[in-house]
Amino acid sequence: MAVATDARPAPRSARARAAAIDSRYRRGPGRWLVLAAAVLVGLAVLAPFGIMLLNAFKSPQEYAANGPLSLPSSLYLDGVVAFWERTEFPVKLWNSVFISAVVAVLGALLSLLNAYAIGIGRVKGRLWIVALFLLANMLPQEALIYPLFTMAQSVGLSNSQWSVIIIFTVIQSAFGTYLLSSVLGTFPPALLEAAALDGASRWRILWQVVFPIVRPTLSVLMIFFFIWTWNEFFIPLVMLTSNDTQTIPIALASLQGDRMMDAPTINAGSLVSLVPAVVFFLIFQRTLTRGVTAGAVK
Amino acid sequence: MADGTLTEERSRAAGRPRASRGTRRRRAAWVPYLPYLLPGAAAFIVVIGYPLVTNVYFSLFKWRGGMAPLRWNGLGNYVDLLGDEKFWTSFGNSLAMIVAMVLVPTLLGLVLAAVLFDYLGRRFGERVSSVLRATYYLPQILPVAVAGVLWNWILNSQTGALNVILRGIGVESPPNWLGDPTTALPSVMLVLIWVQMGYPVVIFMAALQRVDPELYEAAELDGAGWWDRFRAITVPQIRPETFVVTLTCTVAALKVFGPIYVLTRGGPESSTLVPSYYSYLSFFDKSQVGYGAAIATVLTLVIVVVALIILGLQNRAERREREGI
Repeated sequence: MAVATDARPAPRSARARAAAIDSRYRRGPGRWLVLAAAVLVGLAVLAPFGIMLLNAFKSPQEYAANGPLSLPSSLYLDGVVAFWERTEFPVKLWNSVFISAVVAVLGALLSLLNAYAIGIGRVKGRLWIVALFLLANMLPQEALIYPLFTMAQSVGLSNSQWSVIIIFTVIQSAFGTYLLSSVLGTFPPALLEAAALDGASRWRILWQVVFPIVRPTLSVLMIFFFIWTWNEFFIPLVMLTSNDTQTIPIALASLQGDRMMDAPTINAGSLVSLVPAVVFFLIFQRTLTRGVTAGAVK
Repeated sequence: MADGTLTEERSRAAGRPRASRGTRRRRAAWVPYLPYLLPGAAAFIVVIGYPLVTNVYFSLFKWRGGMAPLRWNGLGNYVDLLGDEKFWTSFGNSLAMIVAMVLVPTLLGLVLAAVLFDYLGRRFGERVSSVLRATYYLPQILPVAVAGVLWNWILNSQTGALNVILRGIGVESPPNWLGDPTTALPSVMLVLIWVQMGYPVVIFMAALQRVDPELYEAAELDGAGWWDRFRAITVPQIRPETFVVTLTCTVAALKVFGPIYVLTRGGPESSTLVPSYYSYLSFFDKSQVGYGAAIATVLTLVIVVVALIILGLQNRAERREREGI
C-alpha cells in the first residue's frame, strides 16, 4: 500500500521493470503486519487441533487441576485405549475403508460407462442427462432416505453396508459423470478413428484407448469419492444401526451422549478418528494437485 | 461431431463414400452407445428417481411408518407446515447457515486468497502462502462429524476447554455456549465458518493463477494500491469461480445436517433447528413419516429454485460481460 507510492525508476525493458517491482515488494514494514494477520488467522484455525492434541494424552485429574492449556506432565494413554475398546475401533476402521474403497471403484466405473456414452457416443439428449445428474447431486438426502430405508428392508439389506455402498456409488457417480463427460467430450477424435479403422469394437476402444488416457482423471475421481464417502454422515447414520456395521464418524458421534466420556477420551477419539483422513490426504495430495491441473487444461 | 462418432459400421462404410447414406448412418451413430448408459440409468432410477417420487407420495399421507396403515391426507401435511412455527424457524435458521457457510467464508476467502497470492506470496515467497493455504484448508479434510464432536467438547459449559480457560482468567459465569438459546446459533455459525473457510481460499487461489500477471504489473505501474487492484482486477477476474463457490456452498448450507446433529441436535428450544434435521426428527424420532416427507419435499423445492436463481444470475453476468466487451 505505502509501497506503491515509492519513487519508480523509469521502465526501460520488461526485465528492468520486473526487477524494479521485485525490489519494491521487499521493502516496507507493512508487509510484516499483513503476514502477522494472516498467521493469526492460521493459528485460529489450528487452535482446536492444538487443544485436542494437548488434552488427548492428559489424565482427567490433571485436566481438572491444570486446565486445557497446560502440557501433559506424563503420557496418559487410557483415553486412547478407552476409545479404542469402546468403539471396537479396528472394526469401524475396516468398515469405513471397505465402504469408501468399494464406492470409489464402483463409482468411477459407473461414471466412466456413463461418460463414454455421453462424451464420446454423444447420445441424443445428453445435455438433459447431464443436467439430471447434476440435479441429483444437489438433492437433500432427506428427500430420498425414507423410501431407501423401506426399500433396503424389503430386499433384506437393512443394516447392510451394501445398501450404503449402492446408494453412494450412484450419488458420487452423478458428479463423476458430469466431470468425465466434459473431459471425454474433448477426447482427440484421431485416436478413436485409428482404433476403429483397426477394427476395434466399442468395448475394446473404451478399455484400450479411452481408459489409459483418462486414468489420471479417474484416479482423482476415486480419491474424491473415497474422501466424500468416508466423511458422509446422514445416510450411514440411518442405514447402519448396529455396532458391527457402523463407520468411524457414526461411532464417534454415538459415543457423545455417553456420561463416561471424559475429556481425554473425547480428544483421543477425535484424534484417532481424524488420523486416517489426514494420512490419506497427505498421501494423495500430489495426485490431487496433478490431476486437478490436468483437468484444468481441458 | 460426426468425426468423433466412430463405429465399426462407419469404418466399414468408409470404403463406399455415398453422401446420403453417410448422413443417415451419422444420425444413428449414437444408438450403439446406449447400452453403456443402461447400468447408470437403472441405478439412477432405483436410488434417486423412484425414492424421490415415493417420498412425494408419502408426503400426501399420515403414516407412522413400518407396518402402520397409510391414511390419505391430501395436501394436509403441507397445510400443517404453513402453520408450524418450528418449520418457519428451521428455514429462518437456514438463512443463518447461508451467512455462516456462504457469505462470510466467501468474503473472507476472497480477501485471504488475494492477500496470499498477490501480497504475501510475492513478498515472502510461494512457500509461505502455500503453507498458510494448507492451514486454512485443514478443517475441510476431516469428517464434519469429528469436527463437530471436538467443538462440542470445547464449547461444553462445564468441562469444555473454552469455559475452563475463561474461568481461569476470572470470568465467573461464562456462557453455556451451545446450551443457551441466545448463544447456540452464533456458536454453531462460528464452527461452520471455521469448517468452511478453507474451501473458497483454495478455489480462489487456483483461480488467481490464470489471471494474467501483466494486469497487476500494469496497474501497479499506474500507481494502483493493493485495494484498487483487488477491486478492479481480482474480484472481476475470478467471478466465475465466485459463482461456483456460491452455488455449491449455498446448496450445502441448505442441506446441512451433520454439524447440527453432533453440536446441538437442533436445540435448545429449536434455536438451531434446520429443515434437514427437522425432517429427520419427524421420520425417525416422532414417527411422523408423512410430515417428514413433506418437509423434505419443500426443502428439495427450495434448493432447486435457489440453485436455478444462482445459475440464472451467473448466465446474466456472463452475457453482460460479453456485451460489455
